[in-house]
Parts: sequence; C-alpha cells; structure tokens
Amino acid sequence: MDAPAPEGSAGPSPSITYGPPIAMLAEVTHRCPLSCPYCSNPLELTKRDGELPTEIWVDVFRQAAELGVLQMHLSGGEPASRRDLEELISACREYDLYSNLITSGIGLTEKRLAALKERGLDHVQLSLQGVDAEMADLIGGYKGGYSRKMDVAGWTTALDLPLTLNAVVHEKNIDRLPDMIDLAVTMGARRLEVATVQFHGWADRNRAALMPTREQAKLCGQRVAEARERLKGALVIDYVPADHHADYPKPCMGGWGSTGLNVVPDGRVMPCHAAHTIPHLVFENVKDTPLADIWWKSSAFNAYRGFDWMPEPCRSCDRKARDFGGCRCQAMAMAGDAAATDPVCIKSPLHAQMQASAQADAESDGELTYRIMPK
Amino acid sequence: MTEAECPRLLSGCRTKYDTVRGNWVLLAPERAIKLDEIGAAILAETDGERSLGGILDALVAKYNAPREQIAGDVVKFLTSLRDRRMLEVT
Repeated sequence: MDAPAPEGSAGPSPSITYGPPIAMLAEVTHRCPLSCPYCSNPLELTKRDGELPTEIWVDVFRQAAELGVLQMHLSGGEPASRRDLEELISACREYDLYSNLITSGIGLTEKRLAALKERGLDHVQLSLQGVDAEMADLIGGYKGGYSRKMDVAGWTTALDLPLTLNAVVHEKNIDRLPDMIDLAVTMGARRLEVATVQFHGWADRNRAALMPTREQAKLCGQRVAEARERLKGALVIDYVPADHHADYPKPCMGGWGSTGLNVVPDGRVMPCHAAHTIPHLVFENVKDTPLADIWWKSSAFNAYRGFDWMPEPCRSCDRKARDFGGCRCQAMAMAGDAAATDPVCIKSPLHAQMQASAQADAESDGELTYRIMPK
Repeated sequence: MTEAECPRLLSGCRTKYDTVRGNWVLLAPERAIKLDEIGAAILAETDGERSLGGILDALVAKYNAPREQIAGDVVKFLTSLRDRRMLEVT
C-alpha cells in the first residue's frame, strides 16, 4: 500500500512510499500445551511472568487501530492459555479491529468459544498437525489433541464462525495433503492454509526430520493447483511452497516493514517472526515507545525497508518489486549477513550449496526435537 | 446468479470505512480488500435481504446508468467474492 501517513502522526519522509501496517500479529503468550518441533517461536521463550498484562495489550490494540491496522491476529503460543482472552477480543471489537484467533484449540470449550463470539470474535484459524490422531499427536506432542481439535472445529462451524485450517506440511505429513483437503471440506472449513515448514527457530533444529524432498514439494504444489480448481467456490486454499527447492525467493512479509508487525509476549515489536535471529537489530518495546513511532521511525523497521539496503544483484534485479529480496532471516542464517541475497535465489552465490544441503536434509531423517518451555 | 437470487456476505465478512486510508474495505478471514467506489456501492446495497434484481434497481436509480452495464459489473464483482468464500447466494 502506498497510503500516506495519517495526519498528525510521525510520518515518513516524502521519498519513502510505504504506508501504515494492515495487520498485527499479537503473540500474547509463549505458553502452549503443544510442543510442535517446527514452532515459529524463538528458542528462548518468554515465561508467564514476562508477558504483557491485559491493560497494556488493550492499549496496544487501540494504538494499532489508530495507526491503520485492520486485522488483529491473536496468536502465541496458545492464546487460549491466557485467561484474559475474552477481554482482549472485546478490545478488538471496541477499536473495530477484525479479530482472528490462531489456536491449537486446546484451552477452548464450547462455552468459551461462544463467549468469544459474543464479544466479537470474527474468525478462527485452527492448526492441524496431521489428519489422524497418531500423526497429529506425535507432531504436537500432546495426547488427545487431535480429538479436541475436531470438537473445536465442530463448535466453530456450529456457531457460524468462519473456520480456517492451517496445516504446516513437512516430510512426514506432506504426502497426506489430499486427506487434509478432504478433511477441511468435511469439517466445513472455508479456507485451508498449506504452509511448508519455514526453517527458523525450532524448525531449524529439525531440518533432517522435517525437510521435504524436491519431489514431495513438487507433488504438493501440483495437488494444491488441482484442488483449487476442483473446489473453487467451496474451499479457498492458500499455499506457502517449499522455497528451499525453488529458484526464486518468496516475497517474505510482502516486504520488510511494509504490511505487518509482530508484537511478542514481552512487548517488543518486530517486523517478522524470526527477526530476533538478526543479532544487530534492536527491537523497541511498547512499554517504552508508542507503536506509531516504532513503525515509522525505529531502526529495526527501517533496516530493510524499500530497496536502498539491497546489494547487487538484488538492487538492479527486475524481480525486486515482486519478491522484495526474499527473506532477511534466511540470508542471516545461511550467508551470515542479513543484507545478503536470499540464498534461495538462483542469483545467490550460495544457491547451489543451499539446495545441496536441503536435499541432504530431505534424504536423511532425524529424531524430532520438541519445543520446550524453560522451567 | 439470477436476478431472483439473494446474495449475502458470509459471517466473518464485513465492510468498514478505513479512516486512516480514506476508503472502504471488506474485511474477511485473512483478507482486507480495498473497495473502490463501485465495490463499496454494491456492498452497501447487499444487505442479505434484497435480491440481485433489487440491488440492480437501487444502483440504476442511484447512478443513472444503463442496467445491462451495471448488471455486468455487479455480477462479476459478487461472483468473485463468492469464489473467494466471502459471499453466498440463496
């Protein structure tokens, strides 16, 4: 979006054309009953006593709405682990934010879900770890999780709340995609997100166990295309392909600091999930700094905005307005420099090495390392 | 879509005026769609009770434009929302 800064706010200089954020991810807690080995949370998890209290979250939601955020994604960890989830949903409605509950389903009851709807909840996004209890409970590390999830899906549609299923696919479950699609239809989901695991944080520790093969990734893409055509008007499918097997990078976050922001449980604000893996970035905290100042002025949000930060071959690449240079965290992890060309790109000197390493991980297997909370 | 049928936004899909950017938006699961003047006018008439024919009548009166032209735009727009699971037709 190229919308100008709202009047009276600390706007960008006239030469910069990014606008206010459309979406905010509120990671209200890192607590979660599940321990998925590909969790996008950082390795160093925030404990309960480090979480922002209700009143600060409510004020952040107000600031977000004033800044231009339209959609508030409540996530975690498991947002239902917070006893004040009801109040947080009420705050979204009060500030006319579209509220999206991103949940494993654990911690919800039929009564609680109905109460959340009453308070203005707009949408439920339910995670799916597998298409049967055996796989789902193995990946989630939580016995009985699958069964509860099926209950939550039923309550959601019975309450006439829109339901999206979110399936992270990887080596161990990607071949079951047709069953996931059937399940989404059977459960009455309107949308299915098929997201190939992103290898940051906990997932990075599980590369050998979770990296799909090139052939698996290709088949998955074909199956998504076929299902989209067949289910047009019945089920919408969003797809995040396996970029390790691609020739060009994904348009990560639609461009750094361009459309969304992520507030983590202790109040720090980041341009994406994995930005904390870039060691030189300093993240400001909503406890100290107004959200608008963080968005428009902070060094972390301005670090990779636009195109000026780009090295060659990115700077003169005709794809730069399409993929915005790909993923900075992936560049950090593989090239040791967050400003380097994303190694997924065929123009990166590390491309061949990255693909060979992905293929080696795909062909090997490993024990799952589960996400664990500090004591 | 026939003129007797009634289009209705599905639950979890609603319009709002975006005061920061100065335009109408359609908010839906994982989507915020900026509406141009025509899109906003169509959804303002799509109240879940009025039939497609009724919506066309209202827009023809309001914009003083040929009915066939308006019908083409409206059906195309509403069909795209139906394909994206934001609208149903009963």
